Amino acid sequence: MVNQALEGKRYPRTAPYMVGREKLREFARATMLDVSLLTDEVIAPPTFPVVIQEQSLKLVIEDPEASLDFSRVVHGEQRFVYQRPIVAGDELTSELLVASIKSLGGNQMVTFNTEIFDAEDQLVCTAISTLVVRGENA
Amino acid sequence: MPEIKSLSVGQVVAEKSFKISRDSLVRYAGASGDFNPIHYRDDVAKAVGLPGVLAHGMLTMGISISPVIAWAGSPSAIVDYAVRFTKPVVVPPSGHAEVKIVAVIGVIEEDASRVRVDLTTTFEENTVLGKAQAWVKLS
Repeated sequence: MVNQALEGKRYPRTAPYMVGREKLREFARATMLDVSLLTDEVIAPPTFPVVIQEQSLKLVIEDPEASLDFSRVVHGEQRFVYQRPIVAGDELTSELLVASIKSLGGNQMVTFNTEIFDAEDQLVCTAISTLVVRGENA
Repeated sequence: MPEIKSLSVGQVVAEKSFKISRDSLVRYAGASGDFNPIHYRDDVAKAVGLPGVLAHGMLTMGISISPVIAWAGSPSAIVDYAVRFTKPVVVPPSGHAEVKIVAVIGVIEEDASRVRVDLTTTFEENTVLGKAQAWVKLS
């Protein structure tokens, strides 16, 4: 089970991720979106920040104090709240907060708020993810 | 871009079906970096008690918004997008799983120039996403 004391923990800022034009097009094709809709500027598909969120989540998985067993994890909920669209050329970093850990019928619901910033340190998007961690007997 | 004045609550703005094959899952794994083997290996899926290889929830979320982007005209119109993953989409080794997406206007906020689009994504008659809602800026 996830360490309850983790609630409220903030993980360090991740290393900058350079958003590539072809990566965005690849992501668009994979999510069955017409690539021409990204326009010449190349705007990211709305769920692309999952790639950035993943960088922060990796810190939690690698944190021995967290004891998050990823083989018991199911994705419960996901949300992206945008301040502005992400575009090719953006250099993004992220910071994850363990917003809440709730126990529910032998399982745990763990919610992470990942704030994504640009090179000017302006908030671009908040990715909110709830993972369901199945209990040992579930 | 659609005119906000021309819209009404309950109006269907997009309706589309998509075929998800194992190829789609491999493609999404590469694009997203999510290489969890439950999304491409039958033996691993079976060992952890799943009914079969599953589509990434994030793939279903990503596909579901695509017809809304096409309707709105740009990915930049989507300012808030949230879903709950309620049921898995099982993808067979050959052939495909078909998901159907219906997007309906749920709320209109004319002063803020935005609308809430409510999505229903179904697979084999079951709804696979719960409370799937996107706020779309129309200006």
